[in-house]
Amino acid sequence: MFEVIFLQFLNGLDKGAAYALIALGLTLVFGTLGVVNFAHGALFMLGAFCAVMFRQFLTLETVTIDPTQTSPWGAPLEIRTPLVQAWFGDFGAVLVNYSVPFSILITIPIMLLLGIALERGIIKHFYKRPHAEQILVTFGLAIVAQEVIKSIFGPNPIPQPMPTDLRGAADIGSWIGFQANVITYPLWRLIYFLFSAIVIGGVFAFLQFTTFGMVVRAGMADRETVGLLGINIDRRFTIMFGLAAVVAGMAGVMYTPLLPPNYHLGMDFLVLSFVVVVVGGMGSLPGAVAAGFLLGILQSFASMTQVKDVIPGIDQIIIYLVAVVILLVRPRGLMGRRGVMES
Amino acid sequence: MTILKSGMSRRRLLQTGMAGIIGSGVAPMMFTKGAWAQEFCNNPTGDTVTLGLNLPLTGAYAEEGADEQKAYELAIAHLNGEGDGGLLNVLTPSALTGNGILGKKVGYVTSDSQTKSDVARAGATRMIERDGAIMITGGSSSGEAVAVQGLCQEMGVIFMAGLTHSNDTTGKDKRRYGFRHFFNAYQSGTALGPVLSNAYGNDRRAYHLTADYTWGWTQEESIKNTTEALGWDTVEAVRTPLGAGDFSQFLTPVLNSGADVLILNHYGNDMVNSLTQAVQFGMRDRQANGKDFQIVVPLFSELMAKGAGENIKGIFGTSNWHWNLQDPGSIAFTKSFGAAYGSPPSQAAHTCYVQTLLYADAVERAGTFYPPEVIKALEGHEFDGMGNGRTLYRAEDHQCMKSVLVVQGNDAPTSEYDVLNVVEEVDAATVDYDPSIFGGELGPAEPAPVCA
Repeated sequence: MFEVIFLQFLNGLDKGAAYALIALGLTLVFGTLGVVNFAHGALFMLGAFCAVMFRQFLTLETVTIDPTQTSPWGAPLEIRTPLVQAWFGDFGAVLVNYSVPFSILITIPIMLLLGIALERGIIKHFYKRPHAEQILVTFGLAIVAQEVIKSIFGPNPIPQPMPTDLRGAADIGSWIGFQANVITYPLWRLIYFLFSAIVIGGVFAFLQFTTFGMVVRAGMADRETVGLLGINIDRRFTIMFGLAAVVAGMAGVMYTPLLPPNYHLGMDFLVLSFVVVVVGGMGSLPGAVAAGFLLGILQSFASMTQVKDVIPGIDQIIIYLVAVVILLVRPRGLMGRRGVMES
Repeated sequence: MTILKSGMSRRRLLQTGMAGIIGSGVAPMMFTKGAWAQEFCNNPTGDTVTLGLNLPLTGAYAEEGADEQKAYELAIAHLNGEGDGGLLNVLTPSALTGNGILGKKVGYVTSDSQTKSDVARAGATRMIERDGAIMITGGSSSGEAVAVQGLCQEMGVIFMAGLTHSNDTTGKDKRRYGFRHFFNAYQSGTALGPVLSNAYGNDRRAYHLTADYTWGWTQEESIKNTTEALGWDTVEAVRTPLGAGDFSQFLTPVLNSGADVLILNHYGNDMVNSLTQAVQFGMRDRQANGKDFQIVVPLFSELMAKGAGENIKGIFGTSNWHWNLQDPGSIAFTKSFGAAYGSPPSQAAHTCYVQTLLYADAVERAGTFYPPEVIKALEGHEFDGMGNGRTLYRAEDHQCMKSVLVVQGNDAPTSEYDVLNVVEEVDAATVDYDPSIFGGELGPAEPAPVCA
């Protein structure tokens, strides 16, 4: 039984990692700019499609006809050669194999620029508008992003293979004293969890230990006073929006081998991530992360057969049920601050 | 008044002639034929006839939907006398001439069913009411097929099902206006059982993950019946939502359940995802109960196998048809399809192409588009040359009775399309069954006058 519970716990960490990464970005935007950003799920999806785009570029092929061979339908055989492999040989093959992790390198600048352009071009005009209007405009942006991706890449999921060396399962049980092959878990899912832990740790360290982060935190606490000190807080907040977009984009990239992305990917995560933010406490970064992992783990345990036998369908509603209970007991969420979204 | 030489007046001649016609029984047919022109849904009056293609172009089975569309377009081109004629050249017996259907050029309208039953039904309604479709065809899920054939029965429009594998389609939910060429879950179980017994023995413990809708339920039931008859235990059967994407929460409990076989009652993208993730969980490298852990996918398709890549190697399943078969029909279809689209056809493409031709042939043989006559022409019709051997469209349940293929993921593919090997071709007699075991009623053939 311990093995079953432990495996579900790992599953929960894996799911929670995705929730926490998206919720972290949402909270960064809300905490700094005070904007409820319904386009954040779309940023996750756009990050995933950076990986798709990168792989499609790497796998561009030249087609030559071999008249000496025929296809099963009797036509001359087409020989397809990937361009990158033709140019770079073995290194090209490595690039294609590791296209998902390598695509992070192009995702960071793309998402940073996209985030900054979004904030400067549209979001900044809605800072002083009611939250309902912010939701409407950002939701509209999400739909536009969705439709653009749908028109370019089509409506269907596009599988992104993980590197061949990382496809198997890790024998975690043997690491902690169990027999071999009793507790095994997919290597990529462990990597995703570690990756999210590093990103979350990096964001916290950036805010905690750099001057930039210190100013941003001061601005989050009292924007006007920081502004009166002669600090251009708006520029820093713009960069924070870009940073949130980068976090969402990287989370999307690394998730592609686990779930082939399609244009709707962002919406699938958006609602859950908002529940995570509300449960964690609006504007609280540690709250968002804690709630992400908590709800991921609870959802995983709720999907166990033994639990569903007792309460059928509990896996579908557990997150909302827990949200209701937590908000009844702690109306500001787990770590919510007084005055945030309270008039 | 003109008096004829025989002494009979013209009026008398007409009266006598009419009496003779009525007496000889020609009149009912003549009047009925006149009535068909007035009374049935979307009777084509111009020089074209429109078919309604209900295709899952998005959703969990979208890959199949895209291939189905290609097949329909090819079939319609061949019916209109374009291209190389494809299976028109090998269908026997055949009333098809390559001059459309009853001399009318064949056209089509399409609707994206999104792999959803309600959307499929709405799309079929639109194609019948707005676009004047004389026949509806397509679909890649049994949920869609059952929903659409129910609608077609209500509206008096024939439905030639695309890919649908649930026992219910021609079982408890069968309809007079619905026809299925594809095989079913019961036949998969019958064909697969002996192969599984030979490969894995009779002492196994199976864990089912099942798509939670009509097809998944009946496949789970049929495969359980088969494996339990072999002596296998069923450890657990867990239902998963269609289009779940991430199956990790369902796969984790399999690892320590005591099972040594995982049976994936999934299809399309769901199967690609669940199989890929099962392999990621190390299931193909595991030992359980002192045996190598195995995965079985009872319903396979080439498109799924291609999507799942290396994960499919060595895995057993069943198929309705495979492009590499060497009979004249399969060779002709693969050649036509490959020349048109640059890839071999899937089993979904094959069944949709064949259904279109069978409908057209039935109309030609009936000499009318009037559905009750077309139904009569299809019921009990035997044909050959379409790639599945001699085939009977069984009158009792509108299920095509033909051979079934047991296939296995290819360990050493020579091309990106060479993903499945045909292990065994199980003949029609072996997979035959009593149509009454699944219940259901076909219903009446007379169309309801609901279609404007």
